[in-house]
Amino acid sequence: MAEIVLENIVKRFGNLVAVNNLNLRIEDKEFVVLLGPSGCGKTTTLRMISGLELPDEGKILLDGQDVTFKRASRRDIAFVFQLYALYPHMTVYGNMAFPLKTQGFSKEKVDEEIKMAAGLLKIDHILNKKPRELAGGDMQRVALGRALVRRPKAFLLDEPIGTLDAKFREEMRTELKKLHVDIGATTVYVTHDQVEAMSMGDKVVIMNKGDLQQIGTPSEVYHNPENLFVANFIGSPGMNFIECMPVKDEGGNVTLKMTDVNQVIELPDNLQKIIIKNNKIDHELILGIRPEDINLEFKECKNYINAEVYIIETLGSYNIIDVKLGKYTIRVRTLPTVSPDIGTGCCIGLEMNSITLFDKKTEKSIMKN
Amino acid sequence: MAEVKLVELTKKFGDITAVNVMNLDIKDREFFVLLGPTGAGKTTTLRLVAGLEKPDVGDIFLDTNKVNSWSPAVRDVAFVFQYYTLYPHYTVRQNLEFPLKSNLRKTPRAEIDKKIADISKILHIDHLLDRQTVNLSGGEMQRVAIGRAIVRTPKVFLMDEPLSNLDAKLREEMRAELARLHIDLGFTFFYVTHDQVEAMTMGDRIGVLNEGSLMQVGYPDEIYNRPKNMFVAKFVGSPMVNLLESEIAGEKLIIGRREKAMECSLNAMQCKIVGRSKSKNVFLGIRPEDITISREKQPGNSFKCSVYFKQSMGVEDILNLKFTDDLIFKALAPPRLSIDVGDSLYATFLMDRAHIFDAETEERLEMPK
Repeated sequence: MAEIVLENIVKRFGNLVAVNNLNLRIEDKEFVVLLGPSGCGKTTTLRMISGLELPDEGKILLDGQDVTFKRASRRDIAFVFQLYALYPHMTVYGNMAFPLKTQGFSKEKVDEEIKMAAGLLKIDHILNKKPRELAGGDMQRVALGRALVRRPKAFLLDEPIGTLDAKFREEMRTELKKLHVDIGATTVYVTHDQVEAMSMGDKVVIMNKGDLQQIGTPSEVYHNPENLFVANFIGSPGMNFIECMPVKDEGGNVTLKMTDVNQVIELPDNLQKIIIKNNKIDHELILGIRPEDINLEFKECKNYINAEVYIIETLGSYNIIDVKLGKYTIRVRTLPTVSPDIGTGCCIGLEMNSITLFDKKTEKSIMKN
Repeated sequence: MAEVKLVELTKKFGDITAVNVMNLDIKDREFFVLLGPTGAGKTTTLRLVAGLEKPDVGDIFLDTNKVNSWSPAVRDVAFVFQYYTLYPHYTVRQNLEFPLKSNLRKTPRAEIDKKIADISKILHIDHLLDRQTVNLSGGEMQRVAIGRAIVRTPKVFLMDEPLSNLDAKLREEMRAELARLHIDLGFTFFYVTHDQVEAMTMGDRIGVLNEGSLMQVGYPDEIYNRPKNMFVAKFVGSPMVNLLESEIAGEKLIIGRREKAMECSLNAMQCKIVGRSKSKNVFLGIRPEDITISREKQPGNSFKCSVYFKQSMGVEDILNLKFTDDLIFKALAPPRLSIDVGDSLYATFLMDRAHIFDAETEERLEMPK
């Protein structure tokens, strides 16, 4: 069990700043996910924690102890690259013993470690079975068991399930989360998939091009994104954006003019206040709204915006309907029973209490101030 | 434009039957998705249609022509692979032109230019035509690869997991684009994937494949709401359907151990269906969205559970609920209910939406038609 602290970490590769002044505290027993697109610096960060890469600037503390330049093998951290498939010719026991044997553990020690991990994972009854005799869920637990047997201070996982089938990945997400709930080991997990980040992380750290974008719980980064990048990256699909400008009428009432769409929408009091407080009247803003906060209608409605159905994506329990609104494609989440013809005229209504406003220039949310 | 018909198609590799007596009719202009796990035989099926493999038994028809003995070039199908294969030193335009300039079809210059203009517009790559392909993003490259396949208007368009190497975010955008592309082009698409989301969102119809055999062919709605067996039920839908081991007791299902079991009342139709069942042992299949959550007991099949852990997806929370230590299942809850780990609450099963499967055959129990 360990607490990991990163202070002012900088890592460069030639002219490229891979990680730019990162500060991060990972609490003991916490499951932290480093999330971002390819090249955002997440894997480099993980490799520095493990000792496989050394930072150019800054400090890394493991339980208060400076390990910045300590060798990887002395850090007592397990780096799991991928939860590979099992060796088919070996028993579950053999599969789990494999990483220990290659590290030269004694037979007794191997046995003890496997019993411990098997107990935690509830796979003690299948230790003598071959992988092909196992049910799907058990197979995953064995793959995890193989990573667990060393009982390290912390687990570092780099896209461990990225290459697996979608279905297997979903099962693994649940198993990993459950395992963490049961044993509570400090875990740092790297992925580009926001679904993995949201479903497993206690905390999500979002990075882009070496820069930290936001740190928060899954709920915080979803409901209170600090900038456009986070708002779009989190959520499936991400947040919709429409350019707009707040204008003040003679009566002092603030409304929102859609820049590319011929429409003015009324604003609730709290949003008017935020706009005034931030001096954003006549400023270029971006309105952000989640697919589930948009109402879709096929009749004229007051305060609704006219659009056209572009494509329908059915997902079983809900539909995502893409509508064209001038130059925008807006994604709306609906009940599975809503399935209009493509090209049908429609109109959308925005739940104004659920919108986020961003400054177009800085791309930052103005909601917090 | 073409129909694809597979009749009793079988392909073996040594002892392994990759495709097992497959019968399939793909309609003209249909977007057909073959869905299944790794090793199910999806890619082999596609390669058989393309002529890259020869069947051991059975026939392949393109429109009314039996094409078993035809070479791939004569079949006039286009293949898009998981790994986009572009000429890196060529521009986008040169890559697109390439198939038109082949000796088989010496297309006149004016026609080439028009085709490329049309297709690049549909694929939103018209602004990239003079760029070298090495300077493109992953999504752009994949669109160019698709463009190169469609530019010569093939009869059938075969796609082998074309999105699986893209980042999660890009994949999401490309799904809608591909679905729309299919509508705009009006080609027959034969698409294989292991990702049920791709199948559900893009497919006009889906064929679920497992170990070389077709489990079910149907519209997304049928596959999702009336899965023919447990494999299909599990494979389609995320979070996955709960499958609870049960015993038939008159008009009820007893779920879990006798000492502390859930007693679940069946509706009239389900009573008739289980009344015909020879075996007493079944699985109750209930999707997480078909379980409602409340603080108070509800009428009907309402069971007291505790929250084991939760996955906050933003738009909804996935609750992992514990009835007893070995009876754990998933339900969805809106985040506004603010449910915490350890909370005690009631889960109500919407039995009209439930599925019942025979425990031994894993087939859906239903009334004969």
